[in-house]
Amino acid sequence: MLSRVADSVLWMSRYVERAENLARFADVTFNLMLDQSNGHREQWMPLVNATGDNRYFAERYRTATREHVIRFLSFDDDYPNSILSCLRAARENARTIRESIASEMWEQLNNFYHRVMDASRSRECLLAPQEFFQEVKLASQLFNGITDSTMLHGEGWQFARLGRMLERADKTSRILDVKYFLLLPRVDDVGTTTDDLQWSAVLRSVSGFQMYRRKHGRIAPDKIVGFLVLDRAFPRAIMHCVDSANESLHAISGSPEDTFWNPAEKRLGQLRSELAYLQVQEIIDQGLHEFLDGLQRKINRVGEALYETFCAGQPQAARRAQFAQ
Amino acid sequence: MCDGPVSSHGLTFQTYDTEGMYDELIDERGRPRPGAEILVNRISSLGPGELLRYQAAAERLLFRMGITFNVYGDQQGTEKIFPFDIVPRIVGAREWQEIDRGLRQRIRALNMFIGDVYGEQRILRDGVVPRDLVLGAASYRRVCEGLQPPRGIWCHITGTDLIRDRDGRVYVLEDNLRCPSGVSYVLENREVMKRSFPQIFGETGVRPVFDYPSHLLATLAHLAPEPVTHPTIVVLTPGIYNAAYFEHSFLALQMGVELVEGRDLVVHDGFVCMKTTTGLQRVDVIYRRIDDDFLDPATFRPDSLLGVPGIIEAYRQGRVALANAPGTGIADDKVIYAYVEQMIKYYLDEEAILPNVPTYVCADPQQRQYVLEHLDELVVKAANESGGYGMLIGPHATAEERERFAGLITAQPRNYIAQPTITLSRVPTIVGDHFEGRHVDLRPYILYGEHIWVLPGGLTRVALRKGSLVVNSSQGGGSKDTWVIAENG
Repeated sequence: MLSRVADSVLWMSRYVERAENLARFADVTFNLMLDQSNGHREQWMPLVNATGDNRYFAERYRTATREHVIRFLSFDDDYPNSILSCLRAARENARTIRESIASEMWEQLNNFYHRVMDASRSRECLLAPQEFFQEVKLASQLFNGITDSTMLHGEGWQFARLGRMLERADKTSRILDVKYFLLLPRVDDVGTTTDDLQWSAVLRSVSGFQMYRRKHGRIAPDKIVGFLVLDRAFPRAIMHCVDSANESLHAISGSPEDTFWNPAEKRLGQLRSELAYLQVQEIIDQGLHEFLDGLQRKINRVGEALYETFCAGQPQAARRAQFAQ
Repeated sequence: MCDGPVSSHGLTFQTYDTEGMYDELIDERGRPRPGAEILVNRISSLGPGELLRYQAAAERLLFRMGITFNVYGDQQGTEKIFPFDIVPRIVGAREWQEIDRGLRQRIRALNMFIGDVYGEQRILRDGVVPRDLVLGAASYRRVCEGLQPPRGIWCHITGTDLIRDRDGRVYVLEDNLRCPSGVSYVLENREVMKRSFPQIFGETGVRPVFDYPSHLLATLAHLAPEPVTHPTIVVLTPGIYNAAYFEHSFLALQMGVELVEGRDLVVHDGFVCMKTTTGLQRVDVIYRRIDDDFLDPATFRPDSLLGVPGIIEAYRQGRVALANAPGTGIADDKVIYAYVEQMIKYYLDEEAILPNVPTYVCADPQQRQYVLEHLDELVVKAANESGGYGMLIGPHATAEERERFAGLITAQPRNYIAQPTITLSRVPTIVGDHFEGRHVDLRPYILYGEHIWVLPGGLTRVALRKGSLVVNSSQGGGSKDTWVIAENG
């Protein structure tokens, strides 16, 4: 398949996943505010911190009010990672590869984009955004469902899945980080109702509350970290995402599991084995935030290696000779 | 309530006035022409508003299928549909037979002409076409001299524009031998029409057009370099900002081949390759939808970012095939057009089946004199413009415009031709709540591979503005479906 098409499929799918996750963590924060409104002032800043784009936010909006943060995350045209910008980018990518994807995928994405455009023009959305966030989540899931059920499960589909899984791994780590930023100013809350509330909110934002309950029962921070980072079966857990991404990557290149023919397989394989032999206590010992920070950097490097491997255009044979020892 | 056989709404042919023009569906006595009876009766029997609902449904369908073009300068990605009118143009079986024969004859002669001017130049030596008109043409490509395109075919895909004058005679208005577009609209318009008038198709015996992509694929495969049994074929597009991008994408999808941009291709060890996720893959045949000038920055315009450096050299070596071949533009130069009937006689020793519109070549002093004296009755065209630009329609122009063109012709006579104003035939078209006649032309598509194949039908372009004779989409034109009736239909 053409390198340019592979790159566009991957990014189309990444951007849709990114939009969904933005809706997820905006939604959970919003709900959290409602639950703990008495006594606590609304804390919107952690959400901004989790994006890593605090400086842009500060210059553009100054104060982290509900309206500002929702506008920033949802509809900011100039911010490349707002829901609207992500969907525009996803749609542009899809537009250049319409002959390679199923037409139903294009129609759904086109429709999705126009719905968000409409929402960006209505004020209601800023005041009561839950319904909007819900709609974004469902539209993204519908897109994934259509992709899985209409697209040939060949190379293109594997690239789409790879993009989706890498993005999801990164975003789950960022959602966990929101909790870190929330906790930071109030160490004395640890172990209180507020703490429980916040941890359940984190689980809810990845649709993992019920699944966690079934598996572990009581709310316990180390169990939750273990569930979201190391669980192999929970579809939004980082380990699960990395596993799936790895499967797709090997399906694309045809190399056996646990070997590598290119830099992308090497880096993703290293990340996967690191997670596979990790225990929760080790994460907590080195500090959750530091761990997540390192993880995000590694995921970025996998992304760079993917580009280098499949899109930079050097003949595959040369690459394989270089790596297959 | 109003009842009885006469429908009360405006969308009926009973009040339709052909205004003394040639109408493609209704004859001068107000009766349907042969082949159009079933359609006309069906439309007349529809309830009030029904045809308008069909029209609206057709437009919605075209939008949903994404048959849109990009509105330039709109970054939000606004897309519009190419205006479409649901009343088709109908061509009878016998008339089509003539057109079909005429087009085959014309394409054979044009192909021989291109091969000749880049080869032996016999026709120039024999003085049938003036040498300086050919060698001095902006579309003449010196780098193509001596080229031997695969199987001796230069123009694999041609769109020839036909018009009909008031007296009913069909003429060739121009040949498009570079990258003719519009065929995707022919196929999609037909899909929409089949949903609107399912019964009529069977009864009328409309010839199908759906197999165009298969014929195109076969035409392209025929060009592949000899040793290749399963050639890799691609469609080369300038990219999503090109107005015809939809068509490029559509044809690639229909043929099941890759759609590539210039940046996806590279010349490696003398072969054209595409950059894939598994490395470089050789490409054997390129259906290029990029003009000659942009095809190869190493040969033509060095500033082109759309093309592939070195592709022409690979072509010259016979390592890749291009459709159409570079250099075909010489045969659709509007001045060279004036000599096509002579070419047919010269190469085939036949009389032209489809006549040219009489054409005055301004490079010739006598003809120029005639043109300058009759600017108020002639249409003047620049030799190297298309899309309805650089054109004067004498009878509709102001004295100032005619003055300006007189100056242009005198300054650069080689660059202009003139033709009598043809009053294009019309087809009933929905205007508000009733029918009015609108002028049309017809672009059939001709494929030249192992055999010559003519698509039974073509793009009927319609000038939607009242009285306008300009059918180009950039100037307020739309399209209609074209029904060619089967022999025994």
